[in-house]
Amino acid sequence: MKIGVLVKQVPVSDSSLRVNPDQLWVEEGSLNFEMNENDSYALEEALQIKEQSGEGEVVAISMGPADRTPKIIREALSKGADRGIHIVESSSHESDPYILATLFNEAVKDEGFDLVLSGLQSDDMSTGQTGLILGELLGMSTATMVVETEIQGENLKVKRELESGWFQWVTLSLPACVTIQSGINQPRYASLKGIMSAKRKEIRELQKDELMTGDSLQSLSKMYVQHKDKRTEMIEGDTQEIVSRLVDVFKSEAKVL
Amino acid sequence: MDILIVFEAKEGQAHRMSLEAVAAAQSMAKELNLTTAVLVMGKDAKSLAENASALDVGEVLTLEHDLLSEYSADGYTEALKQIIAQESPSYVVMGYTYQARDWVPKVSAQLTIPYISDVISVKAEGESPVFTRMVYNGKLISDITPTGGETAIVSFQAAAYPEDSVISGSAETRSVEVELGASMISTVSEPPFQEESGGVDLSGAEVIVSVGRGIGKEENIPLVEALAKSLNAEVGSSRPIVDAGWLPTFRQVGSSGQSVAPKLYLALGISGAIQHIVGMKGSKNIVAINKDAEAPIFEIADYGVVGDILEILPKLTEAIEQ
Ligand SMILES: Cc1cc2nc3c(=O)[nH]c(=O)nc-3n(C[C@H](O)[C@H](O)[C@H](O)COP(=O)(O)OP(=O)(O)OC[C@H]3O[C@@H](n4cnc5c(N)ncnc54)[C@H](O)[C@@H]3O)c2cc1C
Ligand SMILES: Nc1ncnc2c1ncn2[C@@H]1O[C@H](COP(=O)(O)O)[C@@H](O)[C@H]1O
Repeated sequence: MKIGVLVKQVPVSDSSLRVNPDQLWVEEGSLNFEMNENDSYALEEALQIKEQSGEGEVVAISMGPADRTPKIIREALSKGADRGIHIVESSSHESDPYILATLFNEAVKDEGFDLVLSGLQSDDMSTGQTGLILGELLGMSTATMVVETEIQGENLKVKRELESGWFQWVTLSLPACVTIQSGINQPRYASLKGIMSAKRKEIRELQKDELMTGDSLQSLSKMYVQHKDKRTEMIEGDTQEIVSRLVDVFKSEAKVL
Repeated sequence: MDILIVFEAKEGQAHRMSLEAVAAAQSMAKELNLTTAVLVMGKDAKSLAENASALDVGEVLTLEHDLLSEYSADGYTEALKQIIAQESPSYVVMGYTYQARDWVPKVSAQLTIPYISDVISVKAEGESPVFTRMVYNGKLISDITPTGGETAIVSFQAAAYPEDSVISGSAETRSVEVELGASMISTVSEPPFQEESGGVDLSGAEVIVSVGRGIGKEENIPLVEALAKSLNAEVGSSRPIVDAGWLPTFRQVGSSGQSVAPKLYLALGISGAIQHIVGMKGSKNIVAINKDAEAPIFEIADYGVVGDILEILPKLTEAIEQ
């Protein structure tokens, strides 16, 4: 089983974000980055599928700037991925999922993956499209929001999450490309041995500008902070004051005490 | 037509988010002077067509085909591709439902046309629309314009346009056809099912004390349970708490979990992602405690505290118990 996994670096979840003066992107200089949460579930699933089948390869694939992306790929390698592919971009202004997917397609179309896993959505752009478009470009069968996988010979059986606590089993023929929902497994931590051996694993670099893409299908013209319309009463003061106002709200506004 | 609205069925009727998409399309049509139509397909096409023909839309297109009676991503993709070719709409709009997540990007990829997902509003800039969507987990928003293709697909976030702003009317129906073959569908789907609920129905609770990742570690969950007990409340949670196995699945509030509308909803260390909000925004009084003053939960909270739940919770429980 040869499995490709897309892993993206995104700002850590409690980052304080500032928009650049050009209003097209956030100021990234002072931010810390981590692996997109859904992608760490996708990576874990890929590792488990490989371990169960007893053979094969897991390739971690990421696109992003040279300063922070290798760290995320390295993290995947320390957890057990076999090698990495890094599409190097000079700045991270790519927001069109179609362009992203065409770049990934260019980078991996000759790999002959049996399975491509990605997160159901990224925490920064959250278009929820990149993995699925890549599956289309690779000519694979697809499924999204997967919370369980089972390899059955030439097929992949997946449990898909539907709305409001409903689920459905879907069987796909391999090769397949599926997007992973959080909670599918418990992602592992890297072991010391894993971290040591990751240093010897290969990360192939490709330059974004040298890969073929089509014309973009959408463009981001402005990024900004949303103005707030609902008036929230902010309760301030020391802990004692906050607590007594809250009790007051429970009693006289919500009338639950 | 200029705007084609694709309907989805839920329990045999139009999905609430399909009606919200009509509200969005009607507003777009008015601002940009465009015509609209609804497309219904699948085994519930007839009842959906009834729902749609009572709306202020240009017409209702009904598509019935054996291979569309059960949903499949491949079948729906192929069908919409053919309808787009036949009708050449400038925009195809729908709700950003879980089903839409599963197939609509495929249409975009196969036709090489833009698909702007999870849109919260549309505004006109001159002759063309600009679509706004959230980025960075709702902390920022961005304006997006389609740049390629004759048709652009747009899906709308839950509650972006309220269902009650839909304008009623009456529309004629017209049946449309597509050519589908079984070999076009590469997946086999089993019937949907629900997991054990564990017997807890949060939807009836008067007070819910809901905990998010801000609680930090599993050992802190009892702080929340103690507060819930003092308020005679049910414990709810955001998804990461359930993903981590700290609370059972049936405690999860949100688009994948339960929808609740208690008199009091306490959101403790919950950031306020849209998938959580859609499950609790109907609550009468929302109180949020979060250490990040910019957390999106404060957008919908009636009362907000910027602070550390680990510090506030024990004191709050103590004060209530007195
Ligand atoms: C298709 C789909 C379906 C989903 N379904 C659901 C669903 O049904 N329900 C759901 O909840 N989510 C759902 N999610 C996930 C959702 O997008 C968010 O990831 C999730 O709601 C975030 O949970 P959280 O707020 O607990 O965690 P985070 O977003 O990590 O937020 C934690 C918050 O705690 C605050 N905090 C940290 N420490 C403290 C402290 N000591 N005191 C006070 N505050 C603190 C932080 O400032 C932060 O705001 C879904 C996502 C997708 C893509
Ligand atoms: N720059 C990137 N590098 C690696 N993976 C990515 C990148 N962008 C998107 N992805 C993958 O595509 C998924 C969906 O992202 P999105 O379409 O932005 O919501 C993510 O969870 C990742 O698995």
